[in-house]
Amino acid sequence: MKEEIIIAGFGGQGVLSMGKILAYSGVMQGQEVSWIPSYGPEMRGGTANVTVILSDRKISSPVLQEFDTGIVLNQQSLDKFEESVKPGGTLLYDPNGITRPPHRQDLAVYTIDAAVEAARSGNAKVFNMFVLGAFLQIKPLVTIENVIEGLRHSLPERAHKMIPANEAALRRGMELVKRAE
Amino acid sequence: MEDIKLMKGNEVLAYAAIRCGADGYFGYPITPQSEVLETLTELRPWETTGMVVLQAESEVASINMVYGGASAGKRVMTSTSSPGLSLMCEGLSYLAGAELPCVVIDVSRGGPGLGTIQASQADYFQVVKGGGHGDYRTPVLAPNSVQEMNDFVELAFDLAFKYLNPVVILADGVIGQMMEKVKLSPQKPRRTEAQIRKECPWAALGKGSERKARNIVTSCYIDPETMERHNRKLQEKYDRMERDEVRCEEIETADAEYILVAYGVSSRICAKVVEDARSEGLRVGLIRPITLFPFPAGAIRRAVERGVRGFLSVELSMGQMIEDVRSAAGDARLPVRHFGRTGGIIHSPREVYDALKRLMTETGGLQ
Repeated sequence: MKEEIIIAGFGGQGVLSMGKILAYSGVMQGQEVSWIPSYGPEMRGGTANVTVILSDRKISSPVLQEFDTGIVLNQQSLDKFEESVKPGGTLLYDPNGITRPPHRQDLAVYTIDAAVEAARSGNAKVFNMFVLGAFLQIKPLVTIENVIEGLRHSLPERAHKMIPANEAALRRGMELVKRAE
Repeated sequence: MEDIKLMKGNEVLAYAAIRCGADGYFGYPITPQSEVLETLTELRPWETTGMVVLQAESEVASINMVYGGASAGKRVMTSTSSPGLSLMCEGLSYLAGAELPCVVIDVSRGGPGLGTIQASQADYFQVVKGGGHGDYRTPVLAPNSVQEMNDFVELAFDLAFKYLNPVVILADGVIGQMMEKVKLSPQKPRRTEAQIRKECPWAALGKGSERKARNIVTSCYIDPETMERHNRKLQEKYDRMERDEVRCEEIETADAEYILVAYGVSSRICAKVVEDARSEGLRVGLIRPITLFPFPAGAIRRAVERGVRGFLSVELSMGQMIEDVRSAAGDARLPVRHFGRTGGIIHSPREVYDALKRLMTETGGLQ
């Protein structure tokens, strides 16, 4: 198993932390992992993205030009990364704010209404967990138990009281994900 | 399982410093390595091991604080990124001249000038060929994983004290910013004053020392004959480093017709190119210098003797290490080419593979 993932969206949407939780879940699952963020001036109010690799074997290059899965959370990221998904790969996006939906016919395209659901739940901070749940429903690479374990390791102690809300959002995301028409 | 962590390379440098028993860190924040000082400040080692952590007022101050700590036989270090290293180069030359052990880490970024905060490998000349003035060399370690960011800190201190010389860890923004699994080293105690007294007979330990003779730490030798003697002594040390401290990793070189040469993040990218090339039946290998000084010229020469048809030096620069590859290859007819993106752009495995295929096509290795 080797899964190469790009997660991209606005700075502040929890893109980097979602990648970190996914990577930590992989560690808990005994996988090799790498996590590389975009860092720099473009992060402030602009787009943020992170490359995560989960693999059963040693990872050679953490830097990639194409991905098995693209998880995109705004229009700029969709425009930038739709072409970077491998033919036959997976594209997951939140349709909120998307005016030019994906056009590629050779991908398995899924949607998750994470922004709407986060607003409905009254807890904007778990937005990224709806998305992660949706991804794990499509590709169950790590168990929910290991995601929770990953959360325990990646969140500071004082935030551990948030874990049940995160778990609920993960499970809700798994239910909400839809194959795009 | 318990002690496997997921961490950024920069964070790991901080943990490794504390755990190998460092006495002091003096630094000034600069992207992309600011997490080193941040992590040290969070970990508050002055409350546990007694390690001093100080944010200096500048890089010039940092490196001179390192000079002061090292003069007293302490295990001291600093970290910075490219423009900061330029400011430290005077101090580095003084440290080398005075034969003081210390560890200096450069998590390099794009230049020249203020440049960009993104990753780059354009400090090769500066770090490997000196940087500061005068006849001096420093061992240079080039980690290519978060695990090596852990392992090389202690190794750097060991080399620094073995040779009484500054040792540089040359990382890049990607290795500093990326997270991977890491097994941190166990905590070692800092050396006691008595141990320092015993192990560092050259150190300036101040009043109260039981030593009869006064130790003077200096790089100033006004008399030319004395200065030349000192330089010859330094050179013997650098010769010993070249004989004993070469480290490199070779991947699939035994039957390789073409060899990529790369260090740091570029070597990870090239490892994927080797995988891809081998899966297409192309005999491609990788030589990864782990020490940039001393440079693994022997590995290059052995590849030439085995009949390699060409080298591609892959660096995030306009081509700096290529001079060492070319010099080691020694045969002007043998193609030694460079490929690299710069300015903070990271070459993709595909770009490197395309450059390799161009070299192979032009030299008859690919129909």
